[in-house]
Amino acid sequence: MDKFTIKNMNLYYGDFHALKNVELNMQEKRITAFIGPSGCGKSTLLKSLNRMNDLVEGCKITGDIKLNGEDIYGSMDVNILRKRVGMVFQKANPFPMSVYDNIAFGPRTHGIKNKRELDRIVEETLRDAAIWDELKDRLKKSALGLSGGQQQRLCIARALAVKPEVLLMDEATSALDPVSTGKIEELCLRLKDKYTIIMVTHNMQQALRISDKTAFFLLGEMIEYNDTDLIFSSPQDKRTEEYITGRFG
Amino acid sequence: MREYFDNELENLNNQLIEMGSFVEQAINNTVEMILNGRSDGIEKARENEERINAAEKNIQTHCLKLILHQAPVAQDLRSISAALKMITDLERIGDQAIDITEMSQYIGDKANIYSMTHIAEMATQASEMVTMAIDAFVKTDIELAKKVSKNDDIIDDLFNTVKNDTVDIILQDKELGMQAIDVVMIAKYLERIGDHAVNIAEWVAFSITGKREIE
Repeated sequence: MDKFTIKNMNLYYGDFHALKNVELNMQEKRITAFIGPSGCGKSTLLKSLNRMNDLVEGCKITGDIKLNGEDIYGSMDVNILRKRVGMVFQKANPFPMSVYDNIAFGPRTHGIKNKRELDRIVEETLRDAAIWDELKDRLKKSALGLSGGQQQRLCIARALAVKPEVLLMDEATSALDPVSTGKIEELCLRLKDKYTIIMVTHNMQQALRISDKTAFFLLGEMIEYNDTDLIFSSPQDKRTEEYITGRFG
Repeated sequence: MREYFDNELENLNNQLIEMGSFVEQAINNTVEMILNGRSDGIEKARENEERINAAEKNIQTHCLKLILHQAPVAQDLRSISAALKMITDLERIGDQAIDITEMSQYIGDKANIYSMTHIAEMATQASEMVTMAIDAFVKTDIELAKKVSKNDDIIDDLFNTVKNDTVDIILQDKELGMQAIDVVMIAKYLERIGDHAVNIAEWVAFSITGKREIE
């Protein structure tokens, strides 16, 4: 089943045509990777999926982006959309508060005040994010004292705490060492049983290792979208071949 | 932008061309043995086999190094994995060439009785098929790969001719039976060499198109 369907989508930053006629269906409980050289529009598209671009002045979007068939730029409440479509960024951004409060922040915002309920959510979420064993004795300590990799996994856990349907990851491991990157990749593979993951990555091997589908973007156009194994073994478009084999980009 | 990797791929092509030429020499040596019974044939065949085996190891090491260092994808990955498969077929051809050379000794002065010209023709065809298959790889020429597959029919037809002729000879003189078996086995080895050349051509097709079939 398709989680996101994008039809004839165009995005403009003022006069600049950043995304051109994008057509893309992304499947539920799969990992989809967006790849392409810097400035190709992949992060712009990712941010359009939970309307982060609404905050950018002069940004105009035409066409359809539907989540479970529902137009996200229609009557859907943006706060509800962002609860359903969580996001993790390149640089870990834990709130300057305790580990516990980082995770409880989202549920509290959505009205959960009961301590026992919040305790349950914090534990369940940290377990889901495979970081409970590392943090269970540091719940009251500041999240800023964690390592970069732990901070990023905490951010993933924080995104999961509000029970999203989709997790967007914008180069979420590019600032991490190989061990932390490996832990997040393992986590993604486990999480796809429950969540739809859409990731932007510059790491071709990462896209190969964990994604089911890959979309290649160039100069605002989606050039090719296919099973990841096919994209990396027999790309159909010469531009895809040239990019993934390092002939440009 | 990726000069080093491109140079390494070119080196791989050159190594394959060299291994292919050793294999061609091995097959041509069998023709010499079959037609002329050269006394130094076995020695030459063993030298060739050693060179082929060494080339296989070198190419294998080179391919594994490229996979490790370059993490190839797309056509790069297909070419390197095809090269790894092709060298196995080339090495098998080398083994079969030495088997043929050894058997040729036992035919000796009776060679003129059998369809030796047909066998020599099979060997020539096989040698050309190997050359074409390697050329197809280096030039990424799918049409040439297809031609290899088509030429295999010629070898198969020649094999049937040799088989039928040999049956006739045994019927005429049962004492030639043992040698006749050797002749058929030589023909069978050459027919298998043709099949290996087709395998190589199929890997060439895979490296070019991503599919192993040759239409």
